[in-house]
Formats: sequence, C-alpha cells, structure tokens
Amino acid sequence: MRFRAKMVDVGCLNNFTRVVNTISKLTKTCTLRLTTDNLFFMLSDKVANGGVSMWCELSQQGNFFDEFQLEGVSAEANEIYLELQPENLSRALRTAQNAKSLKIKLTKKHCPCLTLAAELPSLSSVSRVVTHDIPVDVIPRRLWQDFKEPIVPDFDVSIYLPPLKTMKNVVDRMKNLSQHLVLEANLNGEMNLKIETDLVSVSTHFKDLGNPSWGDDGSQGPSRDRAPEVMAHTRVDIKKLQQFLAGQQVNPSKAMCNIVNKRMVHFILLHEDVSLQYFIPAVA
Amino acid sequence: MDCMVTGGNVKVLAKAVHSLSRIGEEMYLEPQEDGLTLRTVNSSRSAYACFLFSPLFFQKYAPCRNPVFRCKMTVKSVQAVFRSLSSLEKTVERCHIELNREKCRLTFTLHCKHGLLKTHNLSFQDSESLQAVFDTDSCANVLRAQPRLLVDTVLHFPPSLEEVSVSVSAERVWFRSHVEEGADQSRAMLTELCLSAQEFEHFAVSHPTHITFCLKEMRGLLMFAEASGLPVSLYFDEPGRPVVLSLTDSVLEVSFVLATLSEESPPLNHSNSSAERKPNPPPPDDFLNDDIDSYLIAMETSELAGGSDCPPPPPPPPPCDPGVSRHRPREGEEEEGEQEEEEEEGEETETGRPPNKKFRSLLFGSVLPTSSQAANQTLRNQEVLASDSEEEEEEEEDPASP
Repeated sequence: MRFRAKMVDVGCLNNFTRVVNTISKLTKTCTLRLTTDNLFFMLSDKVANGGVSMWCELSQQGNFFDEFQLEGVSAEANEIYLELQPENLSRALRTAQNAKSLKIKLTKKHCPCLTLAAELPSLSSVSRVVTHDIPVDVIPRRLWQDFKEPIVPDFDVSIYLPPLKTMKNVVDRMKNLSQHLVLEANLNGEMNLKIETDLVSVSTHFKDLGNPSWGDDGSQGPSRDRAPEVMAHTRVDIKKLQQFLAGQQVNPSKAMCNIVNKRMVHFILLHEDVSLQYFIPAVA
Repeated sequence: MDCMVTGGNVKVLAKAVHSLSRIGEEMYLEPQEDGLTLRTVNSSRSAYACFLFSPLFFQKYAPCRNPVFRCKMTVKSVQAVFRSLSSLEKTVERCHIELNREKCRLTFTLHCKHGLLKTHNLSFQDSESLQAVFDTDSCANVLRAQPRLLVDTVLHFPPSLEEVSVSVSAERVWFRSHVEEGADQSRAMLTELCLSAQEFEHFAVSHPTHITFCLKEMRGLLMFAEASGLPVSLYFDEPGRPVVLSLTDSVLEVSFVLATLSEESPPLNHSNSSAERKPNPPPPDDFLNDDIDSYLIAMETSELAGGSDCPPPPPPPPPCDPGVSRHRPREGEEEEGEQEEEEEEGEETETGRPPNKKFRSLLFGSVLPTSSQAANQTLRNQEVLASDSEEEEEEEEDPASP
C-alpha cells in the first residue's frame, strides 16, 4: 500500500485547504478514500449522533495534485481507506499556506500516518521543512462495504438554494429560538425556513429559486406528477443545518437541495472538481 | 520609588507585563540601583522570567534607597493598568509609577491625551527577592535569531501543544512536538520543523543536544520579542539543565529561564532517537529523497493474504533509568529545607513509575524577610539556583539509585 502526492501550485493548495476546512467543520472524524482518480471524504454517522452523512468527492485530475501515485491493497482493489481527523489535516495545511511545495504521503511511523511535508521559504538558501504526521487508521477491506456512495433519494422536491450566506444568517438567528427547523419547498421555486415555538413562529420565504431538472432518471419520478405549489417539508435538527452552513468555505457554483417529504434533506454543492453531498435526516 | 516612563516605552513596559502574565500569577517588582526589575515564576517553579529596565529606560528613575523596597502583587492587577495595548499606544503619553508608603500602595498613573489622568492604586505584599541563578557563559550551545524566525517556527505547532523538543546538530535545528507517552499519544498529530543554521544570526553548537521544554512560556517571550524586534538568544546545555532565552538592548535585559525535561524518554515517533543522547537527529532527507520506494509501507489489511508480510512494529524502547541524568541543584537556603524535602519525597514515590514528565524545579530560594532591615542580606543569600548543580550531591540525593 503506497500513496504519495505532491502539490506545487498555490491555487491548488488553497482549493484543497478550503475543502478540508469545510470537512473539518462538519465532522470530527471521517473516512478518506483514495483511488487512482478521486479522493473522497466520507461520513456516515450513527443514528444516535443525529444520523447525518456526508460524501465529498474531489476529482484528482482536477488539478489538485501535480503528482499522484497510489498503489492500493491489491491490483483489483486499487484503493486505500483511512480514518482520520480532518481537523488535523486542516491544521497541517494551514501552516503550509505559503509552501513552495507540499507532499502528502502515507507513512509508517509510530502508527500509520498521513505525513504532510511542506517546503517553506526561508531566510537562507536551504528551505525550511515542516512535517506533520497525522495518525490514521487503515480501514480493512472487509469494512469497505460500509462506505458506499449514498443513493440520491427519491425526493419530492428539488430546488436551488439561495446564497448560502443569506441562509446561514437566517438559520443562525433561528437557532437562538428553536432546536428544530422546518425546511419546505415546492416546484415553483419557493422555499421556506420555519421555526415554531410556544411563543413565536418565524418563517423566512425565498422565491424564484428555480428547480433543477433531473433529466429522465427514475429518481425524479415522484416530483413529476406533483402540483407545483404543494410544499414538501422536513423537520430537521437546526444545529446540523447550521453546522453545514457555517462550514462552507468553498463558494459553490451550484447549490441544490432535495427534500424527501418528512424523511430527509439532501444538499448537493458543486464547485469545479469538488462535489459535496450532505444528508440530514428528519426528526419527529 | 518614583519613576516615569514616556512615549513608546510605556508600550514596552505594558508588553513586558503581558508577557509575564503568561508565566506566573505574581509579579515581583524590585527597584534596584541598576534598574527596575519585574520578575515572575510559575507555580511549579519550572519557569522564571525577568525584565530589567535600566535607569535610562525611564525619563526619571529614583529607587528607594533606605529602606530597600521590594514587593509582589498579582500580575493580573498590573495587567489591568495596561489592559488595552492599542489604546495605550494612541492615548497614553506618560506612565508614572510611585510608591505611597503611608497607604502601602503602588500607584500607577497614566497621563493620557487631553489631560486625562488614570490612576491605579495597587496593593502589594512585601516579598523576598526572587532570582534565578544561571550562567549563560557556560552553556555549550548558543543560538541567536531574529524573533520572526522563532515566531514563524512556533506558529506551526498547535496551540494546545504543551512541550516542544529542540534538537541541534552542527548545521541544523529541529523543533518537534513532544507528546507524553500516554493513552491518546497515537491520536496526536506530530509536527517537526527543521531550520538551517544559516537562518540564525549566531549558531554555536559545541555538542549536539536534545532538550524538551514548555512552549507556552517561550510563546510569552516571543510575544515580547516580536514587538520589540530584538534578536532572541537561546542558551542551553544538556537535558535537565535549564534553557535560557534572552533579549538584550541598551536599556533592557530580558531573561526567561525554563526547565527542561531531565530524562530523555525517547519520543516514539522518531525511530532513531535513542535513549542515550544521540548527536545526530534525522536529516531532513526524508523529504528531499523522492524515491517512492522509501515510503513503502506494509500495513495490515485483514482480507489480504499477502498483506501479512509486514514486520511487527518495533518494540517500544525500554524506558531509561529515571535517575540517569538528574541534576540536583544546590540549595541556597536553610529555611528552604523543608520545602525541598517535601519535593524530594514526592519524587521518590514516583521513581517506581515509568519516567514521565519531570521538569526540574528551578529552585528559587524564597523566604519572606522578617523585616525590611534584613533586606540587603537576603538579597545576597536568597538567590535562586537554577543550573548550578553539584556532582556529589547528585549522587547522594539521587533517589533512583538503589
């Protein structure tokens, strides 16, 4: 099992750092899956912890790495699964911000580590080198099946999101009033964020958001014969939603939300070579 | 005492107080003939800091001659006087420090713009003289660098990290996170930074060494150093002897004395640092060498039959004798005996355990003078003995030897 990658371009380093920062805001531990073409950050939380799950995919060809060498556990399973704390990775990348080059490699130290070595500018002709050894757990192959890409659910309504900053501002305020939030949307491009307590009901309305067309694939089925003005709604833990909105450092070119009535909300953010999916289950 | 600080020096004084607050709870203030000293020591007595402002630092400087005055107060109360550094810079023109003997108060008066006066009357306690004795001239290794270099270095380490290890060879310095052997050691991220000797203004390493000390206090000093722009000198010797960080200017002397870990419990992350003092830390060619095969690792992947060819992890190095490199500093003061004995007992009970964190106390002689007449004498006697350990005592008192 070998893995080694190198970044030289500052832009790539910044992009990668932003993605990792976003991930580290969403979860304390996650699984990093390395394949020859892609990098994945994955999380499937236990129901007890709120049951959120995350799937973030970085396309390796997408100019993240100048060099990328990988040998998986075997020829037919040419992949590596690691469990790590994204916070460590984020911190290590932060100190490498003005690096001339950054190497990431899998190493065997006191324990398996993902080692980041950054070559930093210095006052002399010799570069400063900073290395961070991030402990990882190598996930054995028999457990890989636990990490399958989540299937896009049979949603009732799919809608483009308003600017995430705006949404965050609204949700931040609502969080002070209630623990739960109802997110509802229809096929007329309207979305509402609502909270209801004994003392107060607050609702924020967004309109003209647009509904993405999902082509002819089956998952769109239910929404076809839906009356456009009928709302699909889901009640979610407001903290989970806020965490998702607060962590966003990548400004996505497309942000969408699929609602499965009374069951879950599925967010999809797309930006160049990165896609992030985030699932928040409904609460009763 | 009666002294006046003006202009930019007010900020220097303020920074010094903030820097001291990173270390100890109490600030010892002592106006001497050669200047005003502000000192502190941390609660475990493993770190000591001293700022000496020469009379030229002040516009007016008049120490109390008769009787000699020295006091201590909580550093927080002094910090409150200089709370906001930014507004201090904009508004404060002068700072007047005066002793009011009748009321037993030390008065700090800030003369601000528009004739505004801010007066702080601080209560104080009489105190012993606090002084660490250390000899930077005898230190085998001396490094001096612009503060920026060291500030940039410590920036790479997480704020939660308590201790850092420094290894020096003839051409390089390595800074590494020091993680206690313990439960969550395997979960901690380890950071290592290598600097070339060329980045230092002065780099004199007479024997390669590996020392470990607290990062927090060093950060405190660097905060001051960065603001003042003065180069920082590091003086150190073997593990267990204190490391001295100092700054010098024509009107200012700053010394931080930090205890270092006395045993070399080899950090597990670096395979080639062995129990004995290893002169050559690993060269950074791990990075420079690009051959992918050197990164080959064989790890357990349960389902894979071929995956089991990996060698078992090397056994952890045996813990070294806790008594190996202990230095027992000489005691300067009889009255201190009791306190010292207690400390020793504490250590003795510990010797059965694996050698974990053992910062040597820097052993500050500290006795409250019964009356201020004795002051001059106590000054002579109650020196803090930091590095002056004696060989025979070491052997005699070494609780680890059977």
